[in-house]
Amino acid sequence: MLYFARWKITLIVLTVLAGVVFTLPNFFSSKTLEAWPSFLPKGQMVLGLDLQGGAYLLYEVDREDYVQKRLKTLVGDIRNALREQPRIGYTGLGVQGQSAQVRIRDLDRLDDARTRLQGLVNPLVNSVFGGQQLNEFDVTLSDDGLARFTYTEQGLEQRLGSIVQQSIEVIRRRVDEIGTTEPNIQRQGADRILVEAPGESDPERLKDLVGQTAQLTFHMVDTSMSGEQALQSRPPVGTRVLYSVDDPPVPYLVEDAPLLSGEDLVDASVSFDQRTNEPVVNFRFNTAGARKFGLITQQNVNKPFAIVLDDEVISAPVIREPITGGSGQISGNFTVEGANDLAVLLRAGALPAKLTVIEERSIGPGLGADSIEAGKLAAIIALVLVVGFMVAAYGLLGIIANIALVANLFLIFASLTILGSTLTLPGVAGIVLTMGMAVDANVLIYERIREETRNGRSVISAIDAGFSRALGTILDANITTLIAAVILFQLGSGPVRGFAVTLAVGIFTTVFSAFTFTRLLVAFWVRRRRPSTLPI
Amino acid sequence: MALLRLVPDDTKFRFMWLRKVSFPLAIVLGLASIALFSTVGLNLGIDFKGGTIIELKTDGPADVSAIRSSLGELNLGDVQVQQFGNPDEVLVRVEEQPGGELAQQAVVANIRDVFAEQKVEFRRVEVVGPSVSEELARAGTLAVAVSLLAILIYIWVRFEWQFALGAILTTFNDVIVTIGLFVVLQLDFSLSSIAAVLTIIGYSLNDTVVVYDRIRENLRRYKKMSLSELLDLSINETLSRTTMTSLTTLLALLALWIFGGEVIRSFTLAMIFGVVIGTYSSIFLAAPFLILFNLRPDGKSSGDAGEDEGTEEPAPASA
Repeated sequence: MLYFARWKITLIVLTVLAGVVFTLPNFFSSKTLEAWPSFLPKGQMVLGLDLQGGAYLLYEVDREDYVQKRLKTLVGDIRNALREQPRIGYTGLGVQGQSAQVRIRDLDRLDDARTRLQGLVNPLVNSVFGGQQLNEFDVTLSDDGLARFTYTEQGLEQRLGSIVQQSIEVIRRRVDEIGTTEPNIQRQGADRILVEAPGESDPERLKDLVGQTAQLTFHMVDTSMSGEQALQSRPPVGTRVLYSVDDPPVPYLVEDAPLLSGEDLVDASVSFDQRTNEPVVNFRFNTAGARKFGLITQQNVNKPFAIVLDDEVISAPVIREPITGGSGQISGNFTVEGANDLAVLLRAGALPAKLTVIEERSIGPGLGADSIEAGKLAAIIALVLVVGFMVAAYGLLGIIANIALVANLFLIFASLTILGSTLTLPGVAGIVLTMGMAVDANVLIYERIREETRNGRSVISAIDAGFSRALGTILDANITTLIAAVILFQLGSGPVRGFAVTLAVGIFTTVFSAFTFTRLLVAFWVRRRRPSTLPI
Repeated sequence: MALLRLVPDDTKFRFMWLRKVSFPLAIVLGLASIALFSTVGLNLGIDFKGGTIIELKTDGPADVSAIRSSLGELNLGDVQVQQFGNPDEVLVRVEEQPGGELAQQAVVANIRDVFAEQKVEFRRVEVVGPSVSEELARAGTLAVAVSLLAILIYIWVRFEWQFALGAILTTFNDVIVTIGLFVVLQLDFSLSSIAAVLTIIGYSLNDTVVVYDRIRENLRRYKKMSLSELLDLSINETLSRTTMTSLTTLLALLALWIFGGEVIRSFTLAMIFGVVIGTYSSIFLAAPFLILFNLRPDGKSSGDAGEDEGTEEPAPASA
């Protein structure tokens, strides 16, 4: 046990040195690191949101909202399909719970109706099922003329999947625009999106930006009656009442069908109105949009139209002259930040469905800094206490154990740095706990050595027996903790996961440092001093 | 240099005799914990119950009662306001609002409005909606169950079934009593508490395994010794190590508890308690369980257990 081949010694020493080299960058600022020669590692540990501050937001696609919207469009499509010449008489067209239905009146033309209705169903190709064709909806048409469209399970899953993908892209564009450093945006499960923004100090603004659908539409304002009148009586067919963003909100009667929508925009930016000096948002249409916009403004000079964002009227200007250049301006009593955010939203595009925050954890930078300080202090004090205790209990061998402990800590930090895992506050707790438990391996060995000496063995044979007999115990004891750590990793998210990682890494480095490094140090000491009695 | 000895060499405590005290004590503590758990219940945090936590830092010492009354006007149901660490730091807990995910988000907006005109720093905002809290609760329970099972299997493979059962019962006792502590002190039971419980499981087993390892070794060495004598001997032999390790771990945890900040204080407290109870149980419960399960019928010389092990045991400790 006390003999080491030369290559083993080299390997052990190199491992510990690597630990030191990979840990070092964490003690310096990234500026200092830039000046380092290029062959030195510069990776630093990633701090968790709870240490550096930031926002963690978990969004879920609002299924119900999406399904209802999709069914509404489907109802429109059904109407158009049945109205095509020759028309097929129908009644009771509408959304019923989770399905859309219609009753065909011309029972002798059911076959024609069936073909037309089937034509509305988009086939989805699902690669999971080997390219087997799936339909978005199940269509049933009974002999009494009742047709029903119901979302298929796979159809909905696949739609949600692509919605999540699209949403992630939109969110990424939005978050990138506001200059958040290294945001993490990823899919979670079937219908969830995780947004992590380290260092974000204004989570409310981030939430507003990420969660807003930002569907921009342009509608003509119906001037046949005022918004108030429409509220009291009933809005005419094909129109509805939308409120403005003002305080108090003003009702506007607008046409249901939008003239144009945000999809036709190519750019949006903020400038200041030359007369009022208020911030305004400029936008530009693509060619098709510009042509349409030119035509509409030409036909509707001196009539008001409404610029609507997510069913709220943000501005309702009167068209003074035809706008043929394809660009326009929204002035809606914005603050500079409000105008900026709107421009960002317009540039990034609309979300394909409504997203709801189902979990939010945001940590201010102040608390993060305090936690780092507290963690550092606690770690240093814990180290001093453990080191002091080991020297008091085991003297020289205690010092060896302490050298191994410090090497162990370097290895933990280096592993965390190389693995790129995130250091969280519970992770710091895991490291501190590991300090306490790391010496356990040494305690086991040393107690064993003490015992073997009492049983009358010579120094060298006691040390030998101590190491070899303690190994099984050390492994058994650490594997149980490792099992707990692995399960914790599976379960946890964020901070808890950070704890599991440090705990698990700590177990590996502990076993290594106690069993290899300590043994090497002890062997070295035995060879140099040739002790006749044990100092423990 | 005189070295520190926590336990003198060659102690001869009769731990097996003490099981007449330690078993009833464990049963009483366990039953009391279960009773408290089912009557008073855990103080579940927002991770498992849903709701909102907001940590505020006010300009100067916080007026907790003023904050309480101004938040009371928001009609948010159960709102707890308490000082958190320093006098200018306040923790606000709001229970889960009826009305789904959006209703939870409205809470934060409303509370921000209340403090809009004051110099208040929002240091931490955590909102957990109903669907997430349900999932976390399920995942947490599952994690504890699965890790107990996984460890049971590991010990079973490495030792004999009596050891596995003994280790699980000991660990289970530790978990139950720790949960009892959470109930008694009404500590916030959150996701990190599950982490603490799992760590305690790992630690407690660590201790138990060290004792069992020694028992197994002695079973081979002293084939004629009666089981209770042999268990006493094994515990006494490992006593010095058990207390040493517990002490170094406790020293580290104490530093964390005192200096580690408010955020992880209850997490550390649970672990400190877990280490104490884990150490206690590995000495006073783990080994006596083996008598209960008739590991080696007392009085018989050279039981079958001894013979089996020599051949089948793959343990490196047999070297």
